[in-house]
Amino acid sequence: MPFIPHTDADVNAMLKSIGVDSIDSLFNEIPAALRAGKLTQVPEGLSEMQVTRLMQARANQDGAYTSFIGAGAYEHHIPAAVWEIVTRGEFYSAYTPYQAEASQGTLQLLYEYQTMMASLTGMDVSNASLYEGASGLAEAVLMAVRAHKKARKILMPATVHPIYRRVVQAIVRNQHIELVEIPHDAEGGHIVPESLKTYEGGEFAALVIPQPNFFGVLEEVDALTDWAHAHNMFVIGLVNPISLAILKPPGEWGAKSADIAVGEGQPLGAPLSSGGPYFGFMCCKEALVRQMPGRIIGATLDKDGKRGFTLTLQAREQHIRRSKATSNICTNQGLIVTAATIYMALLGPDGLERVAAACHANTRALVEKLTAIPGVQRVFNRPVFHETVLQLDAPVSETLRALEAQGILGGYDLTEHYPHLGQALLVCATETRTKEDIEQYAFHLERIVSKRRLDPPCAVKVSPNV
Amino acid sequence: MSNIPKDLKYTKSHEWLKPEADGSVRVGITHHAQDLMGDMVYVELPQTGAKVTAGKECGVVESVKAASDVYAPIAGEIVEANTVLSDAPETVNKDCYGAGWMFRMRPANKADLDGLLDAKAYEALVASEKH
Repeated sequence: MPFIPHTDADVNAMLKSIGVDSIDSLFNEIPAALRAGKLTQVPEGLSEMQVTRLMQARANQDGAYTSFIGAGAYEHHIPAAVWEIVTRGEFYSAYTPYQAEASQGTLQLLYEYQTMMASLTGMDVSNASLYEGASGLAEAVLMAVRAHKKARKILMPATVHPIYRRVVQAIVRNQHIELVEIPHDAEGGHIVPESLKTYEGGEFAALVIPQPNFFGVLEEVDALTDWAHAHNMFVIGLVNPISLAILKPPGEWGAKSADIAVGEGQPLGAPLSSGGPYFGFMCCKEALVRQMPGRIIGATLDKDGKRGFTLTLQAREQHIRRSKATSNICTNQGLIVTAATIYMALLGPDGLERVAAACHANTRALVEKLTAIPGVQRVFNRPVFHETVLQLDAPVSETLRALEAQGILGGYDLTEHYPHLGQALLVCATETRTKEDIEQYAFHLERIVSKRRLDPPCAVKVSPNV
Repeated sequence: MSNIPKDLKYTKSHEWLKPEADGSVRVGITHHAQDLMGDMVYVELPQTGAKVTAGKECGVVESVKAASDVYAPIAGEIVEANTVLSDAPETVNKDCYGAGWMFRMRPANKADLDGLLDAKAYEALVASEKH
């Protein structure tokens, strides 16, 4: 379908028919003081060749590092077939088409995606995706508040990704929704179910349960889910899709299952790519589907009785419900979702399970190697999935800089968001890291930490009588 | 031709009201409203115990072609919602003045009913909308 812009003649004919001299005069009601005028900070356009050269130079600045950073975005192997298929002309658009039902192929793909996500999370229904994990969590919070009808407070553990918490805060604050932070256990790095007694009788709309949590630690999802349901709140499971290949899915948490499952879809076939584009996924119980934001594709029969696909439950959406729509999200990350669907189809449940197990095994091997180094310890004693917090007897920022000079991205510095953990570092080794990568990391870390130890073991405290 | 029972009260937003013996008022949407909406697929009911103000939305009806708010016709408190509609929204189409009622409310002020349309005035309203 070609895009044909209006010609000058078209524009003039339209202006004439409504009796206006120029396009500019259509904006006359906006006071001159409020107009941007010329955008002097925006540089002149570049040719395609110049842009290619510029972007290549920028890309080279990124360098070629061996990454041990997870913290919400994970470097997984993406089979070559994934993006080969995604970039075919039939799929190569970021949008659900405006005349949706004319694009049966796109709708079928989204329907398959929804089926896979519902099956992966163990939930009844999935939407056709959201922008990314953090705003997806905000949408889940809004959804829970709408469905709850009474409470406008949300229990948000400190073990939820700190950036996600900030994004949620930014999105829901002006709707008078309060996020109440639950502190984590010092030894386990998780939310202790018994500690939630403090919040009983507090009128909350939902409890957010991250699994694994930001520290990689596994939460006691069954006990947390049952507690939340016993106290009349919804459960929002914030999950890593790769982990669901081996962990219990939100649809099986506790006696009554999580109510909403959301998360970041990037691990399913999207490259790290400087932080985006990614996609968010969202699934829920069928009873909540009318509060779900985003597009939902349904299967139906056409007038000849043949199977077809259609947008469904559109009365939730802004083109019908206007200001009362569940969300102003009207499109989705179709292209990245296409990649995720092809990724999952290629790997299958067994392949996904092997990826999850390999990541976990690599991270265990990494942690074993690193904690053998004097001055490097694990912080939490609870089980983890493919990510762990380490504490260094050396400043984390300096250590990471020294590792970077050796071509290694050593992990995510936790000192800003979790100062109480001291010199803490979040590390992850996905299936893309080799034994040699891990050995290189250990070799350099040992050298770097030994030179910078803050509190060497020989510095015994003296003068007990002072 | 729309079915507009003589013994009911009506609103401009197409709800009907029927005073009950116990002092409560039964509310639903009119035959004309359900006819315009088409086949109902979902009804969102107000919660029992909710306090409502006149003219404010307190429910939603969704059909195959549109979604529309249902407004509280007068101020008061919801005492019962017709939960049958949650599983069988088509009841609104089949019997909008009977089994398809939406909720019962206790009016804050009985006299508020007098300010609503009678069947004749509502019939005129429907007729004027048809032009």
